Amino acid sequence: MATAEATIQSGTTAGRKTGLWSWITTVDHKRIGIMYAVTALVWFLVGGLEALLIRIQLAKPENDFLSADVYNQIFTMHGTTMIFLVGMPIAVALFNYIVPLQIGARDVAFPRLNALSYWIYLFGGIFMNVGFLFNAAPNMGWFGYTPLTTKMYTPGLNADFWSVGLQILGIASIMGGVNFITTIINLRAPGMTLMRMPLFTWMALVQSFLVITALPVFAVALFFLSFDRFYGTNFYNTMAGGEALLWQHLFWIFGHPEVYILILPAFGIISDVLPAFTRKPLFGYNMVVYSGVLIGFIGWGVWAHHMFAVGMGPIADAFFSIATLIIAIPTGVKIFNWLATMWGGTIRFNTPMLFCIAMVAMFTIGGISGVHLGSPPADLHETDTYYVVAHFHYVLFGGLIMGLFAGFYYWFPKVTGRMLDEKLGKWNFWLFVIGANMTFFPMHFAGLLGMPRRIFTYAEELNLGTINHIISIGGFITALGVLAFAWNVIRSLKKGQIAGNNPWDAHTLEWATTSPPPEYNFSELPEIRTREPLWDGVSSVDVAGPPKAPIHMPSPSYWPILTAAAINLTLILMMTELWWPPVLGAALVLLCVINWAYEPASEH
Amino acid sequence: MSSEWRKALRTVALAALAAVWVGCAPENYPQSIFEPVTDFGARINGLFTWIFWWTMLVLVIVEAVLVYILIRYRSRPGAEPRKIYGNNLAEIGWTLGPAIIVVFILVPTVRTIFDTYEPPEGEPLVVEAIGHQWWWEFRYPELGVTTANQLHLPVNRPIEVRLTSVDVIHNFWVPQLGGKRYNMPQPAMAPGEAEGKKYNVLYFTVEKPGEYSGQCAEFCGTSHAIMRMRVVAQEQAEFDAWVAKMKDGSRNVPAGVAAPGTQPVAQAQPASLEAQGYQVFMRAGCAACHAINGTPAMGVLGPNLTGIGSRWSIGAGLMDNTPENMARWIRNAPGLKPDAKMLTFPNLTDAEMEALVAYLYSLD
Repeated sequence: MATAEATIQSGTTAGRKTGLWSWITTVDHKRIGIMYAVTALVWFLVGGLEALLIRIQLAKPENDFLSADVYNQIFTMHGTTMIFLVGMPIAVALFNYIVPLQIGARDVAFPRLNALSYWIYLFGGIFMNVGFLFNAAPNMGWFGYTPLTTKMYTPGLNADFWSVGLQILGIASIMGGVNFITTIINLRAPGMTLMRMPLFTWMALVQSFLVITALPVFAVALFFLSFDRFYGTNFYNTMAGGEALLWQHLFWIFGHPEVYILILPAFGIISDVLPAFTRKPLFGYNMVVYSGVLIGFIGWGVWAHHMFAVGMGPIADAFFSIATLIIAIPTGVKIFNWLATMWGGTIRFNTPMLFCIAMVAMFTIGGISGVHLGSPPADLHETDTYYVVAHFHYVLFGGLIMGLFAGFYYWFPKVTGRMLDEKLGKWNFWLFVIGANMTFFPMHFAGLLGMPRRIFTYAEELNLGTINHIISIGGFITALGVLAFAWNVIRSLKKGQIAGNNPWDAHTLEWATTSPPPEYNFSELPEIRTREPLWDGVSSVDVAGPPKAPIHMPSPSYWPILTAAAINLTLILMMTELWWPPVLGAALVLLCVINWAYEPASEH
Repeated sequence: MSSEWRKALRTVALAALAAVWVGCAPENYPQSIFEPVTDFGARINGLFTWIFWWTMLVLVIVEAVLVYILIRYRSRPGAEPRKIYGNNLAEIGWTLGPAIIVVFILVPTVRTIFDTYEPPEGEPLVVEAIGHQWWWEFRYPELGVTTANQLHLPVNRPIEVRLTSVDVIHNFWVPQLGGKRYNMPQPAMAPGEAEGKKYNVLYFTVEKPGEYSGQCAEFCGTSHAIMRMRVVAQEQAEFDAWVAKMKDGSRNVPAGVAAPGTQPVAQAQPASLEAQGYQVFMRAGCAACHAINGTPAMGVLGPNLTGIGSRWSIGAGLMDNTPENMARWIRNAPGLKPDAKMLTFPNLTDAEMEALVAYLYSLD
């Protein structure tokens, strides 16, 4: 081991592997992945708390637990937090940690850019929530339709925290997308062709393409909104010759690819986890890859299915309906391939597998309600009601969250070296399954029986009190599941069973190295000949021993965190409604970037 | 071993329950979509049901296969499954199968889309439904009537509802009448520009008299949840009687009050409580925002109060329409309905309030 330490040249002071400074200046993809995951899980608790507050308020009709304005802030932030501060970053956490390991690389292509993304995310997320301190958290819905979000109808800071905060977060996402694409295309181990990559990495690639193309659309939409609010333009002001509907088009052109950005990582996780617990390779690998790519493409052509009540006219309605229902086909293909993977296998019901099963079962239900929503006339009943809330929670909680938890339980041993407890895992699982179904299934009915979305209360005479009461109880049961998970993590970090390199006898490359991996990931880059390298011959002996030659790792740097602070500052300064503070901020960013570019490779 | 597949079984059971429950939605859900009273509503419900059964077929198959797999292929000692990488025939099968179902759903969908955008045959009655933060203005341009929050309609007559908004986006939804559509804000018209206003339209014919509840379905600000409305569908004769009442301005000026069109002069205490209330109304400035047919009050910022006495609620579904609630509302509307734009009137004396409320109740 001493030999290994001596042969790693990764900078000097930063040879210090512990302490706050080493985390602040880290460019190691594994550490950044951990920071992303911890931050996202904290936001998950915040968003979950917001959900519980919503459910307390809605548990009975004409309740006064939360005032209208506070409720509007809470539901807006629940959605915004869960999507932008949890859903997207947690996938990035996993991409960060796992993708380089799966492709046999030592780190991502741009380690400092990686760190920059994280710090921008951290500061941006905090900024968006600062509004709570002023009772001015965003309160216009996570989708921010104009003209409600223009200065005339939301004069306060609420919409500013939202538009500026999301602008900031978008930058982090785009940078991450660029990073992962470059990494996956360029840094694969020898012999790992694209069609030999693990599915998780494939989905990361497709998702990253969606990120770098969709987020800029959102950035444009947000810039238009910010300029309307701060600098007096009229992009969205119908009364002055602009068009309020423009926001919806721009938002959903981003927004629909966004939901695929959210779910593709979960598809990737399932595709990798199922083989490990069924002892069979993924069925129809090619079709799963192609259907993922196809979903990525077609996903650009369905955005106005969020707008069927807008009155776009029969031709537009019909076009988007056709595209939406067509996209159901590749989605179904994936589900059938997962079922076929399990068929004929020998299934071990460990916790990761349980979550996979729940994901398949619940995502299918979400897909079914999605088909309903894709037919405009039927949608005129369902849109803007709790039916839609049921749909997207089934695909997001049932699909994304269940998939993510399968990933957590699967990869926790690799990251920490210890297993999560199976018994607590089963408690987590069952509380989630019972809680989530109890919360979201009745919402289909609540919507069809007349409950619109985004309402802080509902009339007694609608007789929806009982359904809402059941939903609220379900919410609390789900929360208990989160507690079980938290307890499991805390306990297992100290007392969990030691994992070893490959506790699941899985087939992908990350399981070849130690748990946790050393800073350099693999002592030697393996030669890949098949899709299941660990079942077909790559052994730990090759890659997990001490390094046989000096390995040069990227040096730590403090420029990412400084640049992140400068970027945040620049956008926040738009709120002064003057032109020169943001320009000053941009100059500061330029300064940081120049220093970053000229930073010597290994000097600190 | 039973617990794992029992979970999947539960999902299947829930789905089956859904099928049963849907068929039995009782009548006491006033905003249920399952009790349509219009041709439009019946048409889209028909499509909904068609889609429902096809999707249930897919759901049941997928979940049943999952349950079977979990039982049949649970891990047995010594089992070494064959490494199967794929099967082209299966892929074709489960691509074509869903594609066929998609076609079955799309064909009636597209037909229904085009049919429901089509104007009906014959002359529809035109109603303008104009969204305000947070109440509904209803105008009958051909009849010369304006009202708020309570929409009277004749049965068995095609209706054309034109949807617009004066501020943010709203969404007109009365489930029993059918689907919903956005109320979009209007572009300002250039000087000299006459018609050419854009609006959304809903077409339907109400087939059953009755009262139907609805509310705004697009988040429109603080009190979005309390932007409710009621539709009163009546036989043609009753509807005509209502229209006549609304157009008769003389009903809204109590006896003993100065004639409309003349300045209300401060007089010796008028005889009736209603007449005193009329004076209070004019003096307190209510006419700046409200209109009452036949009186000098022609404000357009707030709901038209002609006929307020017989409306089902105060504050667009906030409270029952009682004298006590009316008084509370006038004193402090924003205190009852968050961010309501009505001014407060804390300084009216009890006597003045009593008279004012009496006058407003005389407007039935």
